[in-house]
Amino acid sequence: MQLRGVTLQLGGRLLMGPLDVTVRAGEVVTLMGESGAGKSSLLAYLCGTLPLAFTASGEVRVGDDEISTWPPQLRRLGILFQDDLLFPHLSVGQNLVFALPPQIRSRAERQARIEKALAEADLPGFADRDPATLSGGQRARVSVMRVLLSEPRALLLDEPFSKLDVSTRRRFREFVFTHLRQARLPALMVSHDPEDAAAAGGPVIQLGRIHAEENRK
Amino acid sequence: MATAVRHPQVSLLVRRSRPAQALNWIPFLTFAVLIGPVAAGLVGTLLPAFGYLPALGGTTLNWGPWRELAELPGIWTSARLSLVTGLATTAGSLGIVVAFCAGWQGTRWFRRAERLLAPLLSLPHVAVAFGIAFLVMPSGWILRMLSPWATGFHRPPDWLTVQDPEGISLIFGLIVKEVPFLLLMTVAAMGQADAQRSRTVALTLGYGPMTAWLKAVLPRVYPQIRLPVLAVLAYGVSVVDVAMVLGPTTPAPLAVRLVRLFNDPELSLRFVASAGACLQTLLVVAGIAIWCVGEKGLRHWGICWIVAGRRNRRDTAARVAAALMLALSSVAVVLAMLGMALWAFASSWRFPEVWPGELTLANWEQHRGGLGPVLVNTITVAAGATLAAVILAIGVLEQEARSGRRAWIVSGGGLYLPLVLPQVAFLFGAQILLMVAGLGANWPALTWMHLVFVFPYVFLSLSDPYRAWDERYQQTAGCLGATSLRTFFRIKLPMLLRPILTSAAIGFAVSVGLYLPTLLVGGGRYPTLTTEAVTLSSGGDPRLIGLYALLQMALPFLAFAVAALIIARRFRHRRGMQTS
Repeated sequence: MQLRGVTLQLGGRLLMGPLDVTVRAGEVVTLMGESGAGKSSLLAYLCGTLPLAFTASGEVRVGDDEISTWPPQLRRLGILFQDDLLFPHLSVGQNLVFALPPQIRSRAERQARIEKALAEADLPGFADRDPATLSGGQRARVSVMRVLLSEPRALLLDEPFSKLDVSTRRRFREFVFTHLRQARLPALMVSHDPEDAAAAGGPVIQLGRIHAEENRK
Repeated sequence: MATAVRHPQVSLLVRRSRPAQALNWIPFLTFAVLIGPVAAGLVGTLLPAFGYLPALGGTTLNWGPWRELAELPGIWTSARLSLVTGLATTAGSLGIVVAFCAGWQGTRWFRRAERLLAPLLSLPHVAVAFGIAFLVMPSGWILRMLSPWATGFHRPPDWLTVQDPEGISLIFGLIVKEVPFLLLMTVAAMGQADAQRSRTVALTLGYGPMTAWLKAVLPRVYPQIRLPVLAVLAYGVSVVDVAMVLGPTTPAPLAVRLVRLFNDPELSLRFVASAGACLQTLLVVAGIAIWCVGEKGLRHWGICWIVAGRRNRRDTAARVAAALMLALSSVAVVLAMLGMALWAFASSWRFPEVWPGELTLANWEQHRGGLGPVLVNTITVAAGATLAAVILAIGVLEQEARSGRRAWIVSGGGLYLPLVLPQVAFLFGAQILLMVAGLGANWPALTWMHLVFVFPYVFLSLSDPYRAWDERYQQTAGCLGATSLRTFFRIKLPMLLRPILTSAAIGFAVSVGLYLPTLLVGGGRYPTLTTEAVTLSSGGDPRLIGLYALLQMALPFLAFAVAALIIARRFRHRRGMQTS
């Protein structure tokens, strides 16, 4: 995944950029920055769900495709937030099925994929459970499996570990990064926790300090 | 473009306008649907008020109707009654609510009162009015409870406690009905005004609880409940149905007289009725002006009071008084409902018996034939208007969510026009236009007019939860490959099912309680529970009135019960959906 000359404006003021980042397969690039520097908005721009109040420009390439003008559902960029955002009206299994590409037609095959994902997440037999009855760590793992089942071409992480307690956080971080490397996915993470960046092991980009200060003046 | 060749479906989708723009027509449609009939109705009232209505032989503009209006006997008394009723109702109900909030906010009793009063909100006005009438009339429940042991009465005394010439019973009936409404509005406003902490700060500075609330919270809460307060004022000045039951008759408040004139078989009286509807509008404007002057004065005095810094540490007596007033008003409504329910099943209930001798289903069997079509009318109109209102409200809110800015129909306040304008002002005109167009009464027109009144309530109750929905679910679903349409129907609507169904139940309750729109636009061809109940009130058979009042109260409760049942069943294995 490659960003070229990406800028972000709010009401005519430059928030960020121009930004050039290349993320290789299986690598996690960490963007560090203060709150208000536009980290989440940058991810929204990559997803194609930027609020209309913002404007952004610049190329976003995944493989050979320039996707910055595509509708969100065709970009196939997965995203993880600090909240698991499991759909509360669906069961764990239904949450996972929602993510499966429609090309997988057969019922048995879809069922099998979900069982396999749940087993990988150490949650076998959880398909019919109500997400609200799971622990925070379990829910977080389901949300990771959900995004992986959608077969994304790259992954965006929006401070995905910041709401978990310390012990869960360490294990879950391990879980996420292992799966990313296995799937050979390029991943872009925004965070303000240096530990996250260290655990990710990839390049770290300091973001927005200059711009944030400019804006304050 | 290289990508377009490789992904033809992409360029297609991009070129088709973004979903944000695709919904832009919805606010326009909503505005036309809601304001169209009101505006047309206003014109249809204004022209005949100045003598122009070719269908009835008026071809020139003149002051004739106004001169006739001024010569009606007692017309100024009627106008004064209307104005006083509105102002007294507003001051009384607001006073009780403010005193209670000041004295008890943050206590267990406050929570309880809130929970008890919420269901009272959905009771139709007329049903409450009948119940209050039975409570306070000379042969009513209060005197029955006191007779003969305390009063010595064996037959009802010859007192004028209902429909008294000064309108006191009318004001009482309106106050007890508006207290739950204003209380819940105040509770909602307090959540946004950081009331709890402001009050705590004032308490730690040594202020008594009531004084702390009045000085630290009220100044921030009042601006937020000002619109509902003014709606209560406008309603009180121009109320028709409750005034027909509880209001004075010699003369009656202005709006009641106007409806009688308008419905007179002598069609030429519609000119003077239309002029009266304009006067009614001026009365509402005058009432609001008087209220605003009062606000200014109180504000000035209040600032002096706050600055003076008196603590009023001992206010237990005032707090108890406030609680008693609220209790009195809620007990009155509960007893009113109970009384009507008992009458519906009473065979005979003579003064001074406190309970009816025997409860039977005889009333129901006797009137079953007449009830059927009335129920069908009530439910079909309410269901139609509610469905349309919910769809429009979701459309407006979804357009807002996608475009990121509030539509002008919402921010402009035009939404609330039908709630603040006197109903006679545009309903007369709407009926005249239907007549001129040769359409007469029909189901679509009636449902449409109900929609005008139902929509604001549906929108008010739905907008907060709809706006609070976490947009990251949208982003998540989109990134999982779902189109915005699929996300909307599979994720967003199911997650918002509870507030949607609640707002639908509120809309249904509003429609069931509508009197004047049903009477005028339905032209008597679509009698509903409410119009039938008011018609029956002149006959005075309390068993029949009780039966209609009970059904009127039951329908909104049924709507809420159905909504709760659907949610409980649909999400019985989803704890995350149980509360929201």
